[in-house]
Amino acid sequence: MEIVYVYVKKRSEFGKQCNFSDRQAELNIDIAPNPELAEQFVERNPVDTGIQCSTSMSEHEANTERFEMETRGVNHIEGGWPKDVNPLELEQTIRFRKKVEKDENYINAIMQLGSVMEHCIKQNNAIDIYQEYFDDEVAVEVTEEAPSAKTINVFRDPQEIKRPATHLSWHPDGNRKLAVAYSCLDFQRAPESMSNESYIWDLENPNRPEITLKPSSPLVTLEYNPKDSHVLLGGCYNGQIACWDTRKGSLVAELSTIEFSHRDPVYGTIWLQSKTGTECFSASTDGQVMWWDIRKLSEPTEVVIMDISRKEQLEHALGAISLEFESTLPTKFMVGTEQGIVISCNRKAKTSAEKIVCTFSGHHGPIYALQRNPFYPKNFLTVGDWTARIWSEDSRESCIMWTKYHMAYLTDGAWSPVRPAVFFTTKMDGTLDIWDFVFKQCEPALSLKVCDEALFCLRVQDNGCFMACGSQLGTTTLLEVSHGLSTLQRNEKNMASSIFERETRREKILEARHREMRLKEKGKAEGKDEDFREEEPTMNPEELVAKVEEEFFDIIFAELKKKETEAMKHKQKHSTKQRPVTEDDEEEETEREEEDMGTEEETTA
Amino acid sequence: MTEVEETLKRIQSHKGVIGTMVVNAEGIPIRTTLDNSTTVQYAGLLHQLTMKARSTVRDIDPQNDLTFLRIRSKKHEIMVAPDKEYLLIVIQNPCE
Repeated sequence: MEIVYVYVKKRSEFGKQCNFSDRQAELNIDIAPNPELAEQFVERNPVDTGIQCSTSMSEHEANTERFEMETRGVNHIEGGWPKDVNPLELEQTIRFRKKVEKDENYINAIMQLGSVMEHCIKQNNAIDIYQEYFDDEVAVEVTEEAPSAKTINVFRDPQEIKRPATHLSWHPDGNRKLAVAYSCLDFQRAPESMSNESYIWDLENPNRPEITLKPSSPLVTLEYNPKDSHVLLGGCYNGQIACWDTRKGSLVAELSTIEFSHRDPVYGTIWLQSKTGTECFSASTDGQVMWWDIRKLSEPTEVVIMDISRKEQLEHALGAISLEFESTLPTKFMVGTEQGIVISCNRKAKTSAEKIVCTFSGHHGPIYALQRNPFYPKNFLTVGDWTARIWSEDSRESCIMWTKYHMAYLTDGAWSPVRPAVFFTTKMDGTLDIWDFVFKQCEPALSLKVCDEALFCLRVQDNGCFMACGSQLGTTTLLEVSHGLSTLQRNEKNMASSIFERETRREKILEARHREMRLKEKGKAEGKDEDFREEEPTMNPEELVAKVEEEFFDIIFAELKKKETEAMKHKQKHSTKQRPVTEDDEEEETEREEEDMGTEEETTA
Repeated sequence: MTEVEETLKRIQSHKGVIGTMVVNAEGIPIRTTLDNSTTVQYAGLLHQLTMKARSTVRDIDPQNDLTFLRIRSKKHEIMVAPDKEYLLIVIQNPCE
């Protein structure tokens, strides 16, 4: 059946503009379905059709023409001989040679060349031009270059809501990978949709993390197992300890039970040196340090409470915010607390009370980093509040060396693994400071602004050359330090150890002096004690507050009055200068002056 | 002629000299103290090198010309004194 619509137009009307008009819809043809035709079809249910939405391509084969190849050898014969001389015949060649030798040109040439040549031969025999003069002197490593560090790569948090990078850990073999833990440490301010994931980055590929770790709660710390590079230990924000095996995937392999875990975010996790390579310990601000075996994470193997009054009371315990363990001193460990005190502990003590050996106090705020010097383990570095301090285990009253108070908080610090006198610190304003106290004691040897936001963590690679720092927006920067800062200088070990010893001695002398003075005062004070007590008026808190308020307001009024008198003097000077101006201006001035006076009166009221 | 002989003998007798040869513009060795195959090799290669060196010097400054060419290698030193038509090549082992 054909569907045809005939459209007729007069020839004269061709080319005329079209006038469109509306009309109702017309039904032209209605073809009803014919059920009899359906019987000619075989029903298929289900129908399986493949559809592909891609560019259509076709396959062609092409055969190139065969390229004919043959292996051939080339026979070289002596060339250059004139055509009449056959190079193989000895007679002919000899004859030719003799002929040339008789040529006058030849004789002159040889005479002249001969003299030149002799000169050079004699030169050669006279002096050996390649003689090494200063052979036995070892080439002095001239590190005159200024210390420098440059950014090699930047790894950004692929999530939309950026989380701060709180901990970094280098892969134990080859340092080709970096594990970064991301979590928001602001109390209860993490947005709902913030992801819990943490990543392992391959240094070669900064666009995408290589492995994603998916814990149930964001990770605050993350550490590679130094013995087994596939195993990672993470401390969660909710206090649990989690363990991953990268061969098994990105979900947690082992997780500690909530009841026996920490009650606060786990701020420090460190693997222990053990034969099985499965032991670790963790610390948290709830005041407990727990030892775990990752094969059985349901319960900690040991718990120590950081109560410095040695009474094991959890209420008095200090929150631990950093943890230190050196594998060369396996029974000792140190804990840095939120209160600014470093607690040195002995794991192998018989009673729990004896576990806490001694404390070092000196910081005003939480100690964010704590590390022993890899070359001289008796000295350790603490980073907290606005300073970084170096302590010696022998001097318990105070630190032996300290930096000046900076403008921003210090967030993390680490020793350089290759140079005993070099350490790195990061600050809240995004700068990385590299200190070399053999070179300069008052200031960092190099201060580098890594990013605009705060830097939260820092980790140096074992070769001392590369380091990574993590920032508040989750950006991890990989830096390379200049050669001078990552190679051991001559005599550096001796110099560093002598500096440490000297400072420790100084502190000891000061300590002894303080003790003497205190004893003297005690002696005096005991004599005068009763007199003192009578003189002091007992002031209750309200009187104290009133008194303080009075003093406060007095000071403010005095300041205001000073400002007024200064302003008046200034204005008088000003008006005397402008006297010679016309009358109108004078009038304006006086008006302005009156206005100013008016406003001043208002402020004093 | 005898002067030529004398000169070449004198050169050969210097301390450390391993071999001497005279090569003409076509690369044919006229006089040599080494065996044939070595001579032919040296002649062919050094001839080309000298041509190249000379053209290099003249390309940089057309007023200039190559006066002497010395190649110092680990084992010995090859000295080439070029002329318009001939090359005098001496191989010496500088005493060290």
